[in-house]
Amino acid sequence: MSQIHKLTPPLADKVVEALRAGDRSTITGVIYTARDAAHRRMVEALDNGQPLPVGLEGQIIYYTGPTPAPPGRPIGSAGPTTASRMDPYAPRLMAQGLKAMIGKGARGAEVREALREYRAVYLTATPGAGALLSRHIVAAEVVAYPDLGTEAIHRLEIQDFPVIVANDCHGGDVYEAGVRQYRRG
Amino acid sequence: MHVREVAAAEIIGVVAGLCVEANRRLPPDLIEAFERAAKQEESPLGKEILAQLLDNARLAERESLPACQDCGVAVVFVEAGAEVCVTGGLLADAVNAGVRQGYTEGLLRKSVVASPLRRENTGDNTPAIIHLKHVPGDRMRVIVAPKGAGSENMSALAMLRPADGVEGIVRFVVTTVERAGASACPPLVIGVGIGGNFERCAMLAKEALLRPLGEPSPDADAAALEQRLLGAVNDTGIGPGGLGGRMTALAVHVETFPCHIASLPVAVNLNCHAHRHAEAVI
Repeated sequence: MSQIHKLTPPLADKVVEALRAGDRSTITGVIYTARDAAHRRMVEALDNGQPLPVGLEGQIIYYTGPTPAPPGRPIGSAGPTTASRMDPYAPRLMAQGLKAMIGKGARGAEVREALREYRAVYLTATPGAGALLSRHIVAAEVVAYPDLGTEAIHRLEIQDFPVIVANDCHGGDVYEAGVRQYRRG
Repeated sequence: MHVREVAAAEIIGVVAGLCVEANRRLPPDLIEAFERAAKQEESPLGKEILAQLLDNARLAERESLPACQDCGVAVVFVEAGAEVCVTGGLLADAVNAGVRQGYTEGLLRKSVVASPLRRENTGDNTPAIIHLKHVPGDRMRVIVAPKGAGSENMSALAMLRPADGVEGIVRFVVTTVERAGASACPPLVIGVGIGGNFERCAMLAKEALLRPLGEPSPDADAAALEQRLLGAVNDTGIGPGGLGGRMTALAVHVETFPCHIASLPVAVNLNCHAHRHAEAVI
């Protein structure tokens, strides 16, 4: 069985470089949510020479749009959304220091190339396991773009959040390798 | 003719309850399919994903949380008996009021934007997609099937040539599944509509998803095609979560309808592993 890493952002280059596609990992600490609309706004801010609402140096973005928090809980269900929708924006954010993204599904060629260039990593959490994953989120607050509702940027405190390294910074791709291994005919 | 009155207010309450139930409680036939798949899966990561999906389903029901954060667009099928008369409002308004109530009070995610161009969220997950069918009798059957975007986005329709035949259908279904890869959240449930015309075959694919999981088509040719498609899809190696494995789909359901001599429409409606639906009879 592959190695299990324990990650705590901010992530240093050497931590990212030690990750290999197919490795399992848990994350503890602070991460940020952002999905389609938040990404568009962040890239528009960069285009206009404005600062990002959160510093991304060494940080992790989780592609999720949670359900409303039930009473007494920090957040509702919060599983990963399809990462390829963020492909047009992701390299710009990696250039700002973003070190990891959590989502589901394969990334495009430009993102895979940017992972190499910026020494970053793409992680996947179990798709659709929104209830289960929410148990690893111990605190949540909206820190930018509150008008976007579920698509606002949330600051999450997470504990032992389980992920699998999908694309490492050395060109490794778990989707490609896994499908090749089990394909028949 | 006998006419049975059903108050719009009753429909609102039923639809609201079904929206919440469908999102929180995955159907027992789906849970059994997860358990079977976990036994059959060869990939260790695939087995782990399936175990997490079982944990997730149990947790969602026990803790009253949506199983998936994408609570979907509410697709509502209403089979209205010809002897039913809705009083106190229009049926469609009642269904939408039910969706509004269910998604708000049930703390479900609202994912509908009013205009696909301007993209402002309506804030209450309306309008629902409503499919109304008139049937004999004095009852009303309501099915709520929330549909998330991950799998719906990867669905596809093709107007094949009759010469493409069954081989062409198989190729199109497998290509659609391969293109979807991990993004559609496998293991999938796959609805395939064949025949009718452009819009009818899309509807057939959607209706195919409502059949009890893995129940074969009553048409022998369609049932044989279902088996062949399931085998072909599982041979892609995509597997649970798309990380590689044998269990790419839990079931393939095929629905057919007569069509034009020149046509062979095929629609593939992918459903993620959160194969949600709940129903009630009023």
